[in-house]
Amino acid sequence: MIDRYKWYETALMYMGMAVFLFFILAPFIEGFLVSLKPLALLFSTPYSFLPKNGSFDAYFSMWESVPMLGMHIFNSFFISSVVTLIVVVIVVPASYAFARFQFTGSSLMLGGFLAVNMFSGAVLLIPLFRLMRQLGLLNTYWAMIVPGAAFLIPSSIWLLRTYMMRIPKELDEAAWVDGASRLYTLRRVILPLAMPGIVVVAIMTFIGAYAQQFIFALTFNSKTEFMPLPVGLFAFFGKQEVIWNELMAASFIGILPVMIVIVFLQRYLVAGLTAGAIKQ
Amino acid sequence: MTSTRSASLFALALLAPALIYILIIVAYPLFDTVVLSFTNASLRPTSDWVGWANYERIFGAGNFTEVIIRTFIWTFFSVAAKMIIGTLGATLLNAAIPGQAIFRILIMPPWIVPMAIGIFMWGWMYNGQFGMISGLLQNFGIIDKPWPILAYGDSAFWATIVTDVWIGIPMVTIYMLAAMQSIPKDLYEAAWTDGAGRGYRFRRITLPLLVPALLTMSLLSMIATFNSFDIIWILTQGGPSGTTTTMIIDTYKTAMGSRKYGEGAARAVVICIFVSLFCIVYFRAVRKLAQGEAK
Repeated sequence: MIDRYKWYETALMYMGMAVFLFFILAPFIEGFLVSLKPLALLFSTPYSFLPKNGSFDAYFSMWESVPMLGMHIFNSFFISSVVTLIVVVIVVPASYAFARFQFTGSSLMLGGFLAVNMFSGAVLLIPLFRLMRQLGLLNTYWAMIVPGAAFLIPSSIWLLRTYMMRIPKELDEAAWVDGASRLYTLRRVILPLAMPGIVVVAIMTFIGAYAQQFIFALTFNSKTEFMPLPVGLFAFFGKQEVIWNELMAASFIGILPVMIVIVFLQRYLVAGLTAGAIKQ
Repeated sequence: MTSTRSASLFALALLAPALIYILIIVAYPLFDTVVLSFTNASLRPTSDWVGWANYERIFGAGNFTEVIIRTFIWTFFSVAAKMIIGTLGATLLNAAIPGQAIFRILIMPPWIVPMAIGIFMWGWMYNGQFGMISGLLQNFGIIDKPWPILAYGDSAFWATIVTDVWIGIPMVTIYMLAAMQSIPKDLYEAAWTDGAGRGYRFRRITLPLLVPALLTMSLLSMIATFNSFDIIWILTQGGPSGTTTTMIIDTYKTAMGSRKYGEGAARAVVICIFVSLFCIVYFRAVRKLAQGEAK
């Protein structure tokens, strides 16, 4: 058969996979082991990979060392959720417009949205800072939400548009013939059918929003109570005496919810990446 | 559908929120960057038009060209490593060996986890006294004293690249995997029936058909890498003594550190020009590819 490998080929592939996965997972393995080590052991030589008399103590003591930790985790979730909500509300109608209608400037606009991906928030930081200040949004949640959503809208439009283009046009036309208005058709015919695509966009946006919470939060907000987890921990990380085991424990608690989401939704994620990326 | 005019109006109404949002939060700041780059804006409430002075100053200072060159080297090695490792990874994930469903989940974490947190973990791995890399190298007797990787210019430079590669790999791998899976199976079967070996099939079918995906992914990853901020800022803040200062870090330091908005904006404009050039080169390549196929 075409796909049959000889035993040594299979062995080689598993070895390659092991090396590949080790590179990917090493920081997490190390981080997790560190979170289990007592601080004294952490700073002892020679280096030991596995924790002797390891414990979950750091997972309890960290709440006192970083008093706002719970708040930071909440902030991260809150910011990502609002960003996701904004992006979905804006992107669904826009994707439908691009998927179904030909109008003057449609391809130009679509290209324009694609071009937004070229400019990172970091490049536009100075005017964005001035804009946030003018709008009075500095040191509020909005300083992180508003620019955060902007840089996630374009790729979401491209993704959802591709998805919607696969919904047969005849359905719209049939609804039109039956006397449904355009808005009604969008709401009652397209929206339910596009739901799986919308879910993918929402998940990708949430992850993107969660991942990018650094530069805007670092620059546009200086209030501890609004800081998302990465910046909250960075303040902790920057100190002279870093309590590493607690920092790692806090990181893992912050990661955990996203990890759980991934395990359950990875099928959608791969599908989403594939659909948005390849079919252009 | 009936009148195209009302359809166009309807489409525009649907688009309006997205359009307005992007115009205010992306397009206007982009325009503002260009304007600012010709002024001496700073923390003072007023600013004056200074023409090309900012550009003359940054290019005259000498170290700016150094920063540009460093950024290109940084980007080149990072993107090259991401593409090679990611494509090899995708080839492995595409092979018919058991366990692929789990492997595909296990490669996700660097992409899924908030970037900053993954970087904290690398920060610890690079720690000279107690980190994994220095520790293991000492245990195996390869080095005889602690190696504070981020404290030396050379090793810090490569360390930031390694972390950037690590963060970029899941995206490249999944994208390339998707590209490989979209190649029709019967092509391979036909070649196989004709007696073509695995290596031949890879070189003659897989690779040529992957070229568009490789191009697209390289461009996306080049833009992301060129603009990469979090990794360097968290690990080294551009140090030690500027050895990891890329253009974006340089811009941030000028603007947010020294509050020289005008000069910072001029640096940002230079970044935008470079990124636009990447895109032009890319679209040229794609067009050439498409013409080649048409022949």
